[in-house]
Amino acid sequence: MMTPKDISPAQDERYKALDRTIKRFDYHQDALLEVLNTAQEMFGYLPQEVLRYISRQLRVPMSRVYGVATFYHMFTFEPLGEHNCIVCAGTACHVKGADRIIQTLSEAFSIQPGTTTPGGVFSLTVTRCLGCCGLAPVVVLDGEVHGKETPEGLLARLSEIVASVHAVPQEERAK
Amino acid sequence: MNNTHLEALAQQERARQEQYRCRIFCCASTACLSAGAGQILNGLQQAVAVFQSDGHETEVVKTGCMGLCSRGPLVRVEKKGEAPLLYGEVTPEIAQQIVAWHVTMTDSEEISPSQGEERAAAPHDFVHLRATLRHAAQKRDLEHHLIPLDSPFFTKQMRVVMRETGHIDPEKLEDYLAHGGYQALAKVLSEMTPEQVCDEILRSGLRGRGGAGYPTGQKWHFAREQQAPQKYVIANGDEGDPGAYMDRTVMEDNPHRVLEGMIIAAYAVGASYGYLYIRGEYTIAVQRIHQAIRAARRRGILGKSVLDTGFSFDADVRIGAGAFVCGEETALMHSIEGKRGVPRIRPPYPTTSGLWGAPTVINNVETLANVPSIILNGADWFASLGTEQSKGTKVFALTGQLRHTGLIEVPMGISLREIVYDIGGGIQGNRAFKAAQTGGPSGGCIPAEHLDTPVDYENLTALGSIMGSGGLVIIDDTTRMPDFARFFIDFCVDESCGKCVPCRVGTVQIRSLLDKIISGQGTPEDLDKLEKLCMIVKATSLCGLGQSAPNPVLSTLRFFRHEYEALIKQGETAQVSAG
Repeated sequence: MMTPKDISPAQDERYKALDRTIKRFDYHQDALLEVLNTAQEMFGYLPQEVLRYISRQLRVPMSRVYGVATFYHMFTFEPLGEHNCIVCAGTACHVKGADRIIQTLSEAFSIQPGTTTPGGVFSLTVTRCLGCCGLAPVVVLDGEVHGKETPEGLLARLSEIVASVHAVPQEERAK
Repeated sequence: MNNTHLEALAQQERARQEQYRCRIFCCASTACLSAGAGQILNGLQQAVAVFQSDGHETEVVKTGCMGLCSRGPLVRVEKKGEAPLLYGEVTPEIAQQIVAWHVTMTDSEEISPSQGEERAAAPHDFVHLRATLRHAAQKRDLEHHLIPLDSPFFTKQMRVVMRETGHIDPEKLEDYLAHGGYQALAKVLSEMTPEQVCDEILRSGLRGRGGAGYPTGQKWHFAREQQAPQKYVIANGDEGDPGAYMDRTVMEDNPHRVLEGMIIAAYAVGASYGYLYIRGEYTIAVQRIHQAIRAARRRGILGKSVLDTGFSFDADVRIGAGAFVCGEETALMHSIEGKRGVPRIRPPYPTTSGLWGAPTVINNVETLANVPSIILNGADWFASLGTEQSKGTKVFALTGQLRHTGLIEVPMGISLREIVYDIGGGIQGNRAFKAAQTGGPSGGCIPAEHLDTPVDYENLTALGSIMGSGGLVIIDDTTRMPDFARFFIDFCVDESCGKCVPCRVGTVQIRSLLDKIISGQGTPEDLDKLEKLCMIVKATSLCGLGQSAPNPVLSTLRFFRHEYEALIKQGETAQVSAG
């Protein structure tokens, strides 16, 4: 996989999207949050190079870019794994056992919520309320929303998905 | 485009809808989509195309939330001259049966296939689908999926904000027009002065639906009285409260109603530009609001000279990036300005000095969505709903251990018992009701002995909770209250912006005291310390987040103190026997 370092901004579609947002707001410094949103969407996370690029383009000090980026929860600074499971920890999901789901997954894959397994195969993310409370507990597995989840059912499916690629969760555990 | 053109468009759309003998509505709100509504919608459209002879008999409409989210995906069938029917937990097979049963109605031999594009495009699929549909029509086990529309879940509700929700296609401006949309705006622009609009809203008794309950008309008056070259209106759709999704639904399912309320607010206070600040997680809401703005601009409802009246107003969307504190108005404005979303001390209030220092009105999206109805039906009508101090209706996201969960709109003053047992159908699995949690991390838990309390701003505050934005989580006796309080404090620790000490440090200390008690290490003195600390954080924090963060602990201490004491006692006994 190419890292943002390998690509010059001029030929990268993701940077072009970033430029479009910056131009739409007329290089206005107030557009920082909107530009960061685009960057997160295009790159999947906020690499340092991208933050520097935004800082240069908007003429905003890097300290402020970093300050704003770290304030908001939706911005991440590490790339996500190949597979991603977002567990909703909103109140309704909590009442219906979301914590057991989180615990089961972190034990099975030996990772903390918000981190990725070594080798970048699987990320476990915990979010505050996806707004599908009627279907609690809810998880989003590789972009697809699943309601009324159980720890066992989810783990079974996840293990299958992760195993089918290349890495096996058991191996991770053995390390 | 002026009002006459709007009326013509509305007429045209009404006439178009009139021609259909049968209209099938499929919920495409986030909850139902998560349950597979996208597939159902496609299936319905395909099946209808097969059986449609002239193309005008049946229409499949993609709509917003029908309320009973726990039974999704939901499909409603409305046939001319017949009572509407609602189907729940619709599977692709059930969707085919619905079409086969309601659309054909004739003997399967007489079914005349349509000349639709589907047929031309895929003749093989068509033959196959028709055969499946015939088979489906014979099975007719639809009854199990029927949800009675005369059940208390529906009859106890009163829809003002969600009047059109579930009946219109949110992505179609004409559909909103056909249901009387933008009539309030036309009335305001042609018949009322800004001052009259503010008066009308004030007289109606409408209060902010975001949580604090400040009189909306009063806020508008303050902003209107300011002399400034530029003023702003902001719709607050940063619904960060976990377990609540009212605002998302309103924005997703009827974006034009929010927009209409916002334009009226702008006219009333003299603002020329507005922002809809939407939580980043709500992708569908963002898309639909964007689309609504574009459609409104095309029709001259937004932009220079709104409805040819000379009043100019335009709006844009700003997306929040996941910070609960940005629901606080000063933090929200900082966020729109591209800064860290930290709150500041008020006064000055935003109505005096808001966005970029200009007078700014910030209203919750549900508040704004109430405005068109008040203008059209009059302040007296609105004031006749609800209780002495709290007028109108409130949308709640009813969730937790209930039989029926979903989105409900009820008149203010309804009792919690009615919400839990009539609308919610009682506790799941025949367990006992323990508490109703309102107001999310800023609210409290209301125990069974207060189930008959009428729900309004004052009563909930008196019980140590708040109305909040409308999250209503029902918990049964399997939940331990100290754990539940810890869940919310943990949320506040995460979400504290760190600007003021009481909130940043206090919430962490509250959490460690709770941990100590929950793990059985607590002493009776810890309980007093906990209570005292909560009072300090409440009294000295800078913004609403910190001031209300201790509420979940305080309210559980008030009504469920015995659970804390039992934990302390258990711990002491364990230590004695171990020692």
